Amino acid sequence: MRAYWELAKSSFRRHSTYRTAAVAGAFTNSVFGLIRASLLLSAITTAGGAIGGYSAMEAATYVWLGQALLAPLGLFGNTELASRVKSGDIAVDLSRSVNLTASYWAQDLGRAAFDVLPRGLPPLIVGALVTGLAMPGSPGPYLLGFVSIVAAVSLNFLGFFAINLLSFWVLEIRGFWMLYMVVMNLLSGFLVPVTWFPGWLLDFARATPFPSMLQTPVDILAGRTDGGESLAMVGVQFLWLAVLLVIVQMMVRFGSRRLVVQGG
Amino acid sequence: MPIIEVENLSREFQVMESAGRFRRRRKAVHAVRGIDFTVEPGEAVGYIGANGAGKSTTIKMLTGVLVPSSGRVTVCGFNPVPQRKALARKIGVVFGQRSQLWWDLPLQDSYPILGAMHRMSEADWRPRFRELADQMDLGEFLSTPVRQLSLGQRMRGEVAAALLHRPELVILDEPTIGLDMISKEKLRQFLDAERRENGTTLLLTTHDMSDIQRLCQRVLVVDDGVIAYDGPLTGLVEVAGAVRTMVVDLATPVHSAALFSLPDGAVHQSIEADGIRHSVSFDPRRLSAATVLAAISSAAEVADLSLHEPDIEHLVRQLYGSARR
Repeated sequence: MRAYWELAKSSFRRHSTYRTAAVAGAFTNSVFGLIRASLLLSAITTAGGAIGGYSAMEAATYVWLGQALLAPLGLFGNTELASRVKSGDIAVDLSRSVNLTASYWAQDLGRAAFDVLPRGLPPLIVGALVTGLAMPGSPGPYLLGFVSIVAAVSLNFLGFFAINLLSFWVLEIRGFWMLYMVVMNLLSGFLVPVTWFPGWLLDFARATPFPSMLQTPVDILAGRTDGGESLAMVGVQFLWLAVLLVIVQMMVRFGSRRLVVQGG
Repeated sequence: MPIIEVENLSREFQVMESAGRFRRRRKAVHAVRGIDFTVEPGEAVGYIGANGAGKSTTIKMLTGVLVPSSGRVTVCGFNPVPQRKALARKIGVVFGQRSQLWWDLPLQDSYPILGAMHRMSEADWRPRFRELADQMDLGEFLSTPVRQLSLGQRMRGEVAAALLHRPELVILDEPTIGLDMISKEKLRQFLDAERRENGTTLLLTTHDMSDIQRLCQRVLVVDDGVIAYDGPLTGLVEVAGAVRTMVVDLATPVHSAALFSLPDGAVHQSIEADGIRHSVSFDPRRLSAATVLAAISSAAEVADLSLHEPDIEHLVRQLYGSARR
């Protein structure tokens, strides 16, 4: 366990060395937040004050929480593992006395922990100043929200890791990556809340882990769901966590047997 | 009990090659073809061969990152692929062209992580780290991020990382590649001392003859996927009939090779620089360098000289050339 803790810590430190990148990222998240918020707000005004149970203020809160969580949750993922397979550096990862998935997971949690403040806070501050935020007043949603965020970070990690692991079988994962990004962006509730979907798409989305990757923590943090409902949603997150973990471990197990380490 | 046991080990790769404009054909390439060898604890073995001979493929199978097509491998009593993590605690691996350090962290930050990975307590890895840092002179660049280290500095860091957990076996794949003479020598001295003091088994691949001469009592030559030679280095030189080359610069030009009365076993090779530079090859089993030099100096005044050892590629080529004929 200590190895994974050290890995998480080191990853936190690694990311903290790239402060300029963090500032640039926070700026971008805030600007895109302004664009998304103004689009949603004008849609809500046209619709006559509310869409799918979201008032103007609630919709703005949904946008700003999404923009704030974007980086910590790792919604854009990274292709580190796939590029290490390509370069053959995967040999180094595999000759370490740690579990491959767990070591990458620990490092992603360290990254997320670093991203919370520099990437998460600026969009929230901009949101509070520009549109105002509708946040709950009791501590419950924040506590459960924290658990939900950790689960969502892990789910996003495992989703992208599975796509990366395809590089054990195919040389180029870009196609799979693009497909995954499109599907995930839509079904996670990043573009619009999943409850705005037509019934059939909403049912489909709920049969996938994607809403658990963003919509769930955003809804819990915004206080849209009551205690029991929030707990059930976190339960669903953990269920998906178990499912993805099994898939990923199977992929590592069978993939590393047929992996050809590139290079001399 | 041997520390490495390899029995009839083979690995083939499927390579797609184009056959016509759109069709592709599957072709099997045999990188390693039924090799056998064992290494006893405490041995220092050089694993040599030309590029593409199957060295790295063997190393990958020994460390468990590549599944053999057939045959059996046992390293430190483990079956490398299924027991890869347990094996990793017993062996140290240095891939000369890859890094096991954390690229964007100061060098010293990699060792606590490695210590934890090997389940060593702070009281256990810290003194060992100090000892390694001391012997390898890591002190002045411990707080430099790995990405800013020179190749020589990084390699010292890599070797220290591979040895942190006092492995029984250290596998080094091209550890001296790209290093300057001084860095190479430092690394060799260190590895040699490590083996003498702790009985660490060394297996290294290299293209540098001096690595082998300085470190290894035993050489395995792999060529085209099979073991071509297994024995002491001196034996290899004998089998391959390697020649040394003496290059002399004369004080005054000599334009004809016939002026030198060279002893049997020495052959005049070339004249360069308008008769100033001459090279003479000789058989080290029959002649000493001093005899050759004496023969040359009796005909002309020698201003400067250098001796060239046979390189590994050359030896392997010789060995294979003679075996195939």
